[in-house]
Amino acid sequence: MFNKDRWKEILEVLTSNWFRTVLTAFGVFWGILILIILLAAGKGLENGIKSDFGDIATNTMFMWTRNTTKPYKGLPKGRRFNFKVDDVQSIKDNIPNLRFVSPRNRLGGFGGGNNVVRGINVGAYNVYGDYPEIIKQEPMAITSGRFINYSDINEKKKIAIIGEGVKTGLYKKGEKVLGTYIKIQGISFLVVGTYKKKSNDGDGEEAQKEIYVPFTAFSQAFNRGDNVGWMAITANDGSSISNLKERIVTLVKENRKVHPEDKRAVGNFDLYEQYNRVESLFGAMRFIAYFVGVLVLLSGIIGVSNIMLIVVKERTKEIGIRRALGEDPWSIKLQILMESIFLTIISGMAGITFGALFIYGINKMLDMNGPVDMFVNPSVSLGVVVAALMILIVSGLLAGFIPAQSAIKTKPIDALRAE
Amino acid sequence: MIEIKDLHKSYKMGSNSLHVLKGINFSVKEGELVAIMGSSGSGKSTLLNILGMLDELDEGSYDLDGVPIKNLNETKAAQYRNKFLGFVFQSFNLINYKSAMENVALPLYYQKVGRKERQEKALKYLEQVGLKEWATHLPNELSGGQKQRVAIARAMAAEPKVLLADEPTGALDSKTSYEVMDLIQKINDQGNTILLVTHEPDIADMCKRIVHLKDGVIIEDKKVEQVRASQYV
Repeated sequence: MFNKDRWKEILEVLTSNWFRTVLTAFGVFWGILILIILLAAGKGLENGIKSDFGDIATNTMFMWTRNTTKPYKGLPKGRRFNFKVDDVQSIKDNIPNLRFVSPRNRLGGFGGGNNVVRGINVGAYNVYGDYPEIIKQEPMAITSGRFINYSDINEKKKIAIIGEGVKTGLYKKGEKVLGTYIKIQGISFLVVGTYKKKSNDGDGEEAQKEIYVPFTAFSQAFNRGDNVGWMAITANDGSSISNLKERIVTLVKENRKVHPEDKRAVGNFDLYEQYNRVESLFGAMRFIAYFVGVLVLLSGIIGVSNIMLIVVKERTKEIGIRRALGEDPWSIKLQILMESIFLTIISGMAGITFGALFIYGINKMLDMNGPVDMFVNPSVSLGVVVAALMILIVSGLLAGFIPAQSAIKTKPIDALRAE
Repeated sequence: MIEIKDLHKSYKMGSNSLHVLKGINFSVKEGELVAIMGSSGSGKSTLLNILGMLDELDEGSYDLDGVPIKNLNETKAAQYRNKFLGFVFQSFNLINYKSAMENVALPLYYQKVGRKERQEKALKYLEQVGLKEWATHLPNELSGGQKQRVAIARAMAAEPKVLLADEPTGALDSKTSYEVMDLIQKINDQGNTILLVTHEPDIADMCKRIVHLKDGVIIEDKKVEQVRASQYV
């Protein structure tokens, strides 16, 4: 296969009609280029959407209470209820494979009134009573000071970690933040840290305007007793929170004397399910990219096959001479197949190279003009390139197969008579 | 060398078949130079094609150097052609994009002879036909007579048992024809067996034996006094 004469001949045949060879090659070049660009664009969109999830632990569900809609055990419907601190321990004890169970209480909210005061500055911010684990479920970068720890929880310390957005709202530029006090609904909290959340989407600004205080201190300061408003529950890697969700909800319903079939009493949001939905969306997009790309490539392949048929037709007499001189039919078949594969691979490689340059250019432009919403780092992996090469080899074989067959179908005696 | 017994061949033309060869008995010994003559349609080309394993016989037997030639598949036929036979065609049938030397080396390439040895041999045979200086030229840079001489060199390169020539002078003027015949006679003098098809009596007279075909049967098979082509050159 790797002999010099064979390659010399392949080159002789392909270069004997440059214009035709280049036109034919262009079909394959175009097909593989479209495939690469489609896949890269899909990847860019995927990266963009996924960066919106940020570093949030995606195997997480959130759970809160609503009014009951069914009477149960002598309790009326329409009853307001809350999770209790006991529920946290009960969930930890009864449900396996959970990594974090973080209860939370909350003050303020979107569109709420001013609730935080510092000197003459006021602001409306979300205030959360949280456990230390929340930073692993909803990652944030501590830009100065520290986050909540268990000593704060146990001693019910009135401390606060404020967002960069809160800092700009309540403090002058360059003013010392750590060690100062802010008043949240009239109660003073010591600021011990600031944070910044990574976020690309439109809520980016809102996410920086939050204040975190220890859960226990929050409950005491704002008279929540042992109530819990909201929980973030993360499962261990390897077990899906979506599968555990039902058991968790059933457990808390039982604890809180809610009718087991009351579907509306416990609200929840399954981030993992959402994430998986996005995942499958991108799976579908990848499929479409491959589908369209391969179809475009196919029309290029048909072009190659067509030209090879013409080449074989033109060379009928030559093939007849060679066979009269004693060339093995298999050798002729191999020759045609190799010509076809060679042409396909060369033009395909050109397509891949050009596609890579194109993606490089796009990335360069994205870098220069700053980030674009929902589109980050379009790229193709080495795996895709290898797959594309495989597709090329197979399609070269397919393209050459019929012409090769037709090359040896004609008997040498008829081939010799051809003009 | 060649033994043919009761050879029949017919072609299907639509619903009726055309009986071309009707029982040929014919043998050629080593070192002979045989002319097969006949008008067009007499079956002389068909006979040569069967001898050249380019076509199959319907009935009868064909032995080449003791090897029965029957029911060959394409691969086997290609091997036999390569090993046993050299072809010279009326229209030369050189490969256009290959130089004279590459053309001559082709049969050796199919025998998987190494590149270097192939070139040496090809040059040797080109020298024999007097075209060593033209080795690197493409066929379209050669005259008709030169092309035919390259074709003869190519046919000889694989050192075949029999050389088959189908109207080797058919496309040449008489002077060039005699040059080519001179070459063929010289090759025959070295002991090679040659069969050639022609319808020109003067060319046939330059052979040692003439076989006349008419309507698919041999009507005459005679030894003749060879006219040397060199006297006309």
